[in-house]
Amino acid sequence: MALPVAIIGSGNIGTDLMYKLERSEHLDLVAMIGIDAASDGLTRARERGYLAPANGIEWVQQNPAAVRLVFDATSAYVHVRHAKILAELGITAVDLTPAARGPKVIPSVNLREHLDAPNVNMVTCGGQATTPMVAAVSRVTRVPYAEMVSTVSSKSAGPGTRQNIDEFTRTTARALEEIGGAEIGKAIIILNPAEPPILMRNTVYCGLPEGTDHDAVLASVVSMVADVAKYVPGYRLKQPPVIEEGPYNTPGGVVPHRVVVLLEVEGAGDYLPTYAGNLDIMTAAAVQVGEAIAAHHEVTA
Amino acid sequence: MTAPSIDATPVKRDFRLIDSTLRDGSHAISHQYTVDQVTRIVRGLDAAGIQVIEIAHGDGLGGSSFNYGFSAVDEMELVAAAVDAATQAQIACLLLPGIATVDDLKRVRDIGVSVARIAVHCTEADITEQHIRIAKDLGMEAIGFLMMSHVSTPDELLVQAKLLQSYGADTVYIADSAGAMTTNEVRARVATLVGGLDVPLGVHAHQNLSLAVANSIAAYEEGARNLDGTSAGLGAGAGNCPTEILAAVCDKQGIVSGVDTLMLLDVAEDVVRPIMPRQQVVDRAGLLLGYAGVYGSFLLHAQRAAERYGVSQAEILLELGARKVVGGQEDMIIDVAVELARKHAEAEGTT
Repeated sequence: MALPVAIIGSGNIGTDLMYKLERSEHLDLVAMIGIDAASDGLTRARERGYLAPANGIEWVQQNPAAVRLVFDATSAYVHVRHAKILAELGITAVDLTPAARGPKVIPSVNLREHLDAPNVNMVTCGGQATTPMVAAVSRVTRVPYAEMVSTVSSKSAGPGTRQNIDEFTRTTARALEEIGGAEIGKAIIILNPAEPPILMRNTVYCGLPEGTDHDAVLASVVSMVADVAKYVPGYRLKQPPVIEEGPYNTPGGVVPHRVVVLLEVEGAGDYLPTYAGNLDIMTAAAVQVGEAIAAHHEVTA
Repeated sequence: MTAPSIDATPVKRDFRLIDSTLRDGSHAISHQYTVDQVTRIVRGLDAAGIQVIEIAHGDGLGGSSFNYGFSAVDEMELVAAAVDAATQAQIACLLLPGIATVDDLKRVRDIGVSVARIAVHCTEADITEQHIRIAKDLGMEAIGFLMMSHVSTPDELLVQAKLLQSYGADTVYIADSAGAMTTNEVRARVATLVGGLDVPLGVHAHQNLSLAVANSIAAYEEGARNLDGTSAGLGAGAGNCPTEILAAVCDKQGIVSGVDTLMLLDVAEDVVRPIMPRQQVVDRAGLLLGYAGVYGSFLLHAQRAAERYGVSQAEILLELGARKVVGGQEDMIIDVAVELARKHAEAEGTT
């Protein structure tokens, strides 16, 4: 039996997620909830036969039995309030904002660790793209410092991202530490307005201490890229990963080398065109988490 | 004890000169400033009457990183040294949303920094709202700073500048970050912005086409009332508008800069030149930045990547221009270098 779910937030992320949920056998999308009936997201939801209420979280409060899980694609600010309401209703929240109320989940690294949590956080698009690479390095060697640079096309960054850019950098940096295993993490995001829009690019740098097995690091990275690509088909290495010689005076101490992983994410083109890989990686990861929770509910129910 | 002598008649200045030797200049010395160097530079600029001295990693607060190069000294220590050394000058910090957060702004405010320059690519002004508002809440002067402004038309720039103004920016700057603008292009942008904004305008010029001083004077003539310089032109790419040359030209044109030109010459010659690893000249790579419209701080990173991967720096810079990369995308330098090296190897393999 499929788990009844709703999406709240009808912007870029919510709408892209709607298309992905249509293909899920384990999740049954009941409603796409927004606050503007005329928004593109709600219009599309209505056209596809979903309930598309425009009264926001109120709809969930009025229909608490209709759904077991809510994907929140609003903004960090708004999710703080939603998190409380959903928790009181006993509805699981999969948070696609950088609010980070619940434990962070990166499917290729810790998918099964928080299946009972009332609220899980999907970090950020950049966090989904880069945390697995840091985890790939930290399973081979100590990572005193890791850094990610995410560049997304201006067109794919909606108002939520733009008003909350500090939350992006903070939440992503924490994910590199908590899930990636780096002792210190740093995140940088850049918006690029080029036309035609660029594909989402992510670069991961990890400091490598003396005595690191470089070949093992490179092999681990390549293998982790394949793991992520299983649920984000457009996720790939733009160049083979490279080891560069320093020394580098990182905040985690001086290291003799660094590994540089140059990634590209091509979207599936569900809502926005394929350049918006940043939407895809977020929504594809959220579907993974939702399906894992659904399967877990079935077993434990 | 005698009271320090204070000039009783305040200088009436025709514009405000902001010196960025300790921020944009940081690129040219790969972010290796020491506390002692900061102290000596601030003392010299302060004594010469510079009103605002900007300090930070070249890529702004929080810029110390793999991507932009690690600072030799924690920037908070350098900021504190600058605040300590200044007697009349205000200390400013630059911040790029996406690299640093408002937490960094609060930290430098606590140290005594009173001017926040919030810098953003010239088409993305709406990511600065949070930072400009908080700078104002902290009681700081907020300057909105539009980078790479050569890529936008005057009217497009005005739309973005008005956003900065609506968030509370006290002054709006346009930066020619690639040193790519001709004097006519500067004039057109400044005229449109001065006409359309309620707040004062500033211009930050670079030397890649050898036009930094001329463009700054043209900007003044069109109504810009804030100009940026760096001592000896120390800065990204072929360098910035040299503060002391700008002051000298102003003297000759009867524009009151309010700074002591000869003292600025001494700072440039005696304090800054001795720490410069290379003189600021418009060499091939520097000129290519301006010619291809590439972000100036890519210069030294491209040089290092060229050496590491055995490819040409010029080829890297041209490819970056073709890809339309923006400031902050230094990782693309590695991407381009690795790709060029691979293509060259493949080409050799097939011959």
